[in-house]
Amino acid sequence: MSPRILHIARNTFREAVRDRVLYNLIAFTLLLSGAAILVGQISFDIERLVVINLGLTAVSMFGVVIAIFIGIGLVSKEIEKRTLYTVLSRPVRRWEFIVGKFFGLAGTLVVNTFCMAIGVFGALFYVAHKFTRPDALILVALYFIVLEFLIICSLALLFSSFSSPLLSAVFAFSLFVIGSFADDLRGFAGLTHGFTRWFATGAAYLVPNFSALNVITAVAHEQGPSPQLILQNTLYALFYTAMALSGAVLIFERRNLK
Amino acid sequence: MAAIEILGLEKTYMVGFWRKRPKRALQPLHLTVEEGEIFGFLGPNGAGKTTTLKILMGLVFPTAGTARILGREWTDPEVKAQIGFLPEQPYFYDYLTAHELLDYYGQLSGVPGKDRKHRVDEVLERVGLTDIKGVQLRKFSKGMLQRTGIAQAILHSPKLVFFDEPMSGLDPLGRREVRDLMEQLKHEGKTVFFSTHILSDAEALCDRVAIINKGELRGVGAVEDLTSTVQGKVEVIWQGTQVPSSMRALGAECHVTGDTVRAVLPENQQDAAIDALRRERIRLIAITPLRTSLEAYFVEKLQHSQTTAGKTS
Repeated sequence: MSPRILHIARNTFREAVRDRVLYNLIAFTLLLSGAAILVGQISFDIERLVVINLGLTAVSMFGVVIAIFIGIGLVSKEIEKRTLYTVLSRPVRRWEFIVGKFFGLAGTLVVNTFCMAIGVFGALFYVAHKFTRPDALILVALYFIVLEFLIICSLALLFSSFSSPLLSAVFAFSLFVIGSFADDLRGFAGLTHGFTRWFATGAAYLVPNFSALNVITAVAHEQGPSPQLILQNTLYALFYTAMALSGAVLIFERRNLK
Repeated sequence: MAAIEILGLEKTYMVGFWRKRPKRALQPLHLTVEEGEIFGFLGPNGAGKTTTLKILMGLVFPTAGTARILGREWTDPEVKAQIGFLPEQPYFYDYLTAHELLDYYGQLSGVPGKDRKHRVDEVLERVGLTDIKGVQLRKFSKGMLQRTGIAQAILHSPKLVFFDEPMSGLDPLGRREVRDLMEQLKHEGKTVFFSTHILSDAEALCDRVAIINKGELRGVGAVEDLTSTVQGKVEVIWQGTQVPSSMRALGAECHVTGDTVRAVLPENQQDAAIDALRRERIRLIAITPLRTSLEAYFVEKLQHSQTTAGKTS
């Protein structure tokens, strides 16, 4: 990898830290601690289920919000503030800038998820007083959540490369919502005919399939995904991310920075 | 070898929301800047100076034409390791300190780690920011940001430096320091290309200038040549505030400033003027042929372009 990509990624990570993005961890910790204490007091035998469901959903939601709201500004903010001028007037290729920004944001989210994962396991230990073998499945769910973040980051960057932050946020969030119901969309496509069927099927395969990456409920019920699904999801997420990033690069390579 | 060869670069933007129409920001531009010179790119606001610089920096793509920088295609990424650029009204990552910003830019420019700290400290000293190198840029004034911008442009010892309105936002002392810095860069053998609409800066600094207006090159040449046109008049300066009537009789336009008088009169009246001052026992300070100022040349070129445009339309 080009050292310039690493430098840009490191600077993007530093920006996120200095802009107090990781402060969301405090909110997360408070939410999870409160939930763990409350669940421990009022529920019987489902503490583990509630903590895993709530914890992993919070990890996913907090991360999605960060990915969208930082991702949409990664390029457009640099153009608007003209900080890009002194970067691209150096021996930095435009694709290196996009890829560096992506890795910087992805790195921020991985660190954020790692810290939250510690919180989830801490809360789990608090309510269950021990770890069991099925708890290791939480790691798979966290891995899928990270894959989800990679896709969202690349989509936010794609939108950021040609539109305003507001529109980018709308596009990215809409895709996240639609993608979360991708399986339902495919089911709906199967029930329709003619043009509607073509359109619904095309849309179902075009939007990112976030529902396949959501195994939180299954993991909470101690049902782990198969190795085949892990491999499929990994390849799918990497392919989708690569495609979205390539789109961002193609657009950005041709863009006039007025 | 020429430092910059601009070969017919032009730029047309499409403007309008529904019905797009072309707007030409830069007519085909042909310009050569030699190595080691300070070259001034002059023009009023909106003349096309920044567009030209943005094209050369690869920030905007030209509609047509090409350019060579330091003997290579201007789009060659290797060229960018040898050039520095200060944009107009620069803005930087304000969560970084000046030291961190320069270190980051040093990394992107490929300055080796072992030299980087030394180089960063050196340029911070050179632009007078050493004392506040640990302060975040969000706390910097406009002048400090301009100095930071100059520092990042020369950080990697580029052979060619582009400055877009480098005096903007600086106080008189800061402007003087930037002028000195540009002269130092020239003495170090570097080429300086800077855009400005402040003509006194250009006249004081530049070896050659080009004048651009409404995207079209209006004139180019050495400052000495452009300002050497003798207008058939002489300027006579003498001590005191007294204006002898004999001087007025010679057709002199006299202006009293402080304890000196400046008079402009036809060249063929020069000897008569000296005699008149001797008769009145007035101390003569200077007598010089009146030359065109860069400002006069600039205004003439701009007026000429407006007249031409008016006739065309």
